[in-house]
Amino acid sequence: MPTLIRLENGQFLDTADRWVNLDADAPLPSEGDVILPLARFEAEGGALLDEGRSVGVLIQPDQAVEGLAYDLPRLALVALAFPRFRDGRAYSSAVLLRSRFGFKGEVRAVGEVLCDQARDMVRCGFNGFAPSDGSDAVIWAAAVGRYRHVYQAAADRLAPAFIERERP
Amino acid sequence: MSVYAYDTIDREMLADRAAEFRGQVARRLSGALSEDQFKPLRLMNGLYLQLHAYMLRVAIPYGALDGRQLRALAAISRDYDKGYGHFTTRTNIQFHWIKLKDAPDILDRLAAVDLHAIQTSGNCIRNITADPYAGATAEEVDDPRPWSEALRQWSTFHPEFTYLPRKFKIAVTGSSKDRTVARAHDIGLKLIRGAEGRLGFEVMVGGGMGRTPYLGATIREFLPAKSLLSYLTAILRVYNRLGRRDNIYKARIKILVASMGAEAFARQVEAEWALLDQASIDLPDLELERIRAAFGAARFEALPARSQAFDAARAADPALARFARNNLSAHKQPGYTVVNISLKAPGATPGDATAEQMEAIAALAERYGQDDIRVTHAQNLVLPHVRLDDVPAVFAQLQHYGLGTPNLDLVTDIIACPGLDYCALANARAIPIANDIARRFAEPDRADAIGELKIKISGCINACGHHHVGHIGILGVDKKGEEFYQLSLGGSGAEDASLAAILGPALPADQVAPAVQALVDAYLGLRTGQAERFLDTYRRLGPAPFKEAVYADADQA
Repeated sequence: MPTLIRLENGQFLDTADRWVNLDADAPLPSEGDVILPLARFEAEGGALLDEGRSVGVLIQPDQAVEGLAYDLPRLALVALAFPRFRDGRAYSSAVLLRSRFGFKGEVRAVGEVLCDQARDMVRCGFNGFAPSDGSDAVIWAAAVGRYRHVYQAAADRLAPAFIERERP
Repeated sequence: MSVYAYDTIDREMLADRAAEFRGQVARRLSGALSEDQFKPLRLMNGLYLQLHAYMLRVAIPYGALDGRQLRALAAISRDYDKGYGHFTTRTNIQFHWIKLKDAPDILDRLAAVDLHAIQTSGNCIRNITADPYAGATAEEVDDPRPWSEALRQWSTFHPEFTYLPRKFKIAVTGSSKDRTVARAHDIGLKLIRGAEGRLGFEVMVGGGMGRTPYLGATIREFLPAKSLLSYLTAILRVYNRLGRRDNIYKARIKILVASMGAEAFARQVEAEWALLDQASIDLPDLELERIRAAFGAARFEALPARSQAFDAARAADPALARFARNNLSAHKQPGYTVVNISLKAPGATPGDATAEQMEAIAALAERYGQDDIRVTHAQNLVLPHVRLDDVPAVFAQLQHYGLGTPNLDLVTDIIACPGLDYCALANARAIPIANDIARRFAEPDRADAIGELKIKISGCINACGHHHVGHIGILGVDKKGEEFYQLSLGGSGAEDASLAAILGPALPADQVAPAVQALVDAYLGLRTGQAERFLDTYRRLGPAPFKEAVYADADQA
C-alpha cells in the first residue's frame, strides 16, 4: 500500500493507506473504502453510503467545496488535489471544510505535496498527507515544529500572537 | 523610539525563520537540494539569482527605519556587498552582489535589528506601502503605520495566502494627499472618518502596473477600521479561489476584478466576509492599542512657527534656500519640517546609497530627527521630524555626503528600476537613460523653472519603475536585440491618479533625452503660468502638441 502520513493528536505517523483511489472509469471493488472524483461521487456516492461503505471525495482546485456541504456529515474523507505545489486553492478549500462546515473527517493533501508545505497545510486543517517528495513523518514533524508562534488565526486553532500576548 | 518595538514573539518569529533558512542553504551547498528545489525556498527569503550574482531584497516594513537599522544595512552593504544598497520603488532595499554562503549570516544580522527578507518575493502578500510622511503631516486622519504593522503581522506566514495566483501588494495612506500610489496597488487603503467621527477605510481593489495597468476600484466606501483584517481575509480568499492560474500575465487580482466587474467582485467579498468568523481574525482593541503604543510618540517642543536662525541662514546661502524651497515639506507641528533626501544626485544611480551615506543619514536622524527615517516609493529618503532651527546643520551634513541634491519631484528626480544593468527580466537599461536626462537638466535654475515633473523609467513591461504613472513614463523594449524606449505621457501616482498614454513609436536610446527635452520645451511654451505643471498642461491640451514636438522631424524625413 502507498505510504501516507497522518496527523493524529498532534503526532505525525507513517501509516498504510486503506483507501482505494478510483478514477472516473475504474471498476468499483466489491468492498473496502474508496475515494471517488466529485462527478462520480455525485452519480454513485449516495448508493455506496447507503450500503454503509466509507466514502471519500477527491476535489480538484476549481471545484467548490460548498457543493459537498449536504453530504459532508456522511463523508469520512475529502482529498484536496494539488496539481502543482504552487496552486494554493486547496488551502482555502481546507479552511472552509474545517471552519465553515465543521468537517471532522480526514482532509487529505494529494498531488504535488512537499514537506516545505507541511506547516501551511496543517494550519489550514489538513491531517492526511500523501507526499510526492519521499518525505516521511519525521521530516513533517520537524517542518511543522520549527516555529514557536503564529501571527494569525487559522483552522488549527493555535493561539495567534495577539491572543498569546494577552496571557499573563 | 520611532519604529514599532519588537517584543519576544516578534523576535522569535525572525529567529525561527533565519534558523530554517540556514538549514536550507546548508542543504543546497552540500548538494542535498538541487537549484530547482531550492529556488522556491530562497525566493521566500528574498534571495534572487540575477545576471551577475545573488540579489537579496530586504523588507523595510512600510518604509520606516530607525538609525540602528539603517546602520545595520550600511554594515551589511560594506561586509557582504560592494559598499552600497539600492532603495526600490516598493520601499525595500536590495543588495545586488551577495554570495549564497553569506545569506544566512546576513539574515541573522538583519534579525538582530528586527529586520528580515520575509515575503519580499513569491506569490504572497508583500511588504506594505505606507505614507512616508506618516505622523508628520497635518493632513492625516490617522497614522497609517500601526495599521500597516497589523497587516504585516497578519500577512506574515499566512498559511492560506502563501501560494496566491500572483504577488500581492497593499498600500495604506492616512492622508487625502496620496504619496503611496494607492490606486496602483492590489489593495489600496485610505483612512477616513465616517459618521460620528468613526475611523474607517476606503477600500480600493484591483490596481496594478505591469503589462496591463489598471487603477483600483473602490469596492467599499467605508469599512470600520477594526474590521480591517477580516475584510482583507475575504478579499484574499475570493482572489485565491477565483484568480487565474493558467497565465501569469493574467493572474493578478486586477484581471479578476476587471473581468468580473468591480461590483460583482465586491458582492462576492461581502458575501464571504459575512460568513467569516470575524472575531477570531480581527485584532482586539487592546492589541491595536499595544501596537500603537509600541511605536512610541514623537516628542515635539513648543516652538514658534518661524525659525529666525533658519530664515537668516537661507537668506545668506542660496544653496540652502533652494534646498529649502524644493526639499522641505510642511509639518503638522509649528517649528518643524519634513526633510526629503534625494537619492538622485547628478550621475548617480536612482535609489542607490553608499554605506557612508546611510551612516550619515542614520546619524542625522539620531541627532536631529527623533531617530526616524522613511523610504519613499520615489526612491528617496525622508527625515520626517526635523526642527526648522536644525535645517542648516542637517543640510550642511547632507551636502558633505553628496545628499543635498535640491530636486525633489523635479525633472531630475527620476525613478528608474535597476534595468538591464542588473536584472534578468529587463529588456533594456534604465539607469543610463535616467543619467542622460538628468545631465540635460543639470542646471538647477532650469529645473526649478520647469517645476514638478515626474519621470519614471522601467526596463521592461513589469513596470518596477512605475512608468504607467509617470508624468513622462519611459518603457524599455527590445526590438530585434536593440534597446528602444516607448514614451508615455499623462500618468500620475498621486491622489489624482491616472495612467499614462503612449505618445508614439519607440525611440532608440540616444533619442530619449532629446525627446524629453523637446517635451519640456513644448510645455514651457504652452503653459499658462508657473503654477501649471507639465501634467496639467498635458491634461488641458492632450497629446497633439507633445507628439508634434517629438515626432515632427521624423515625419518630415
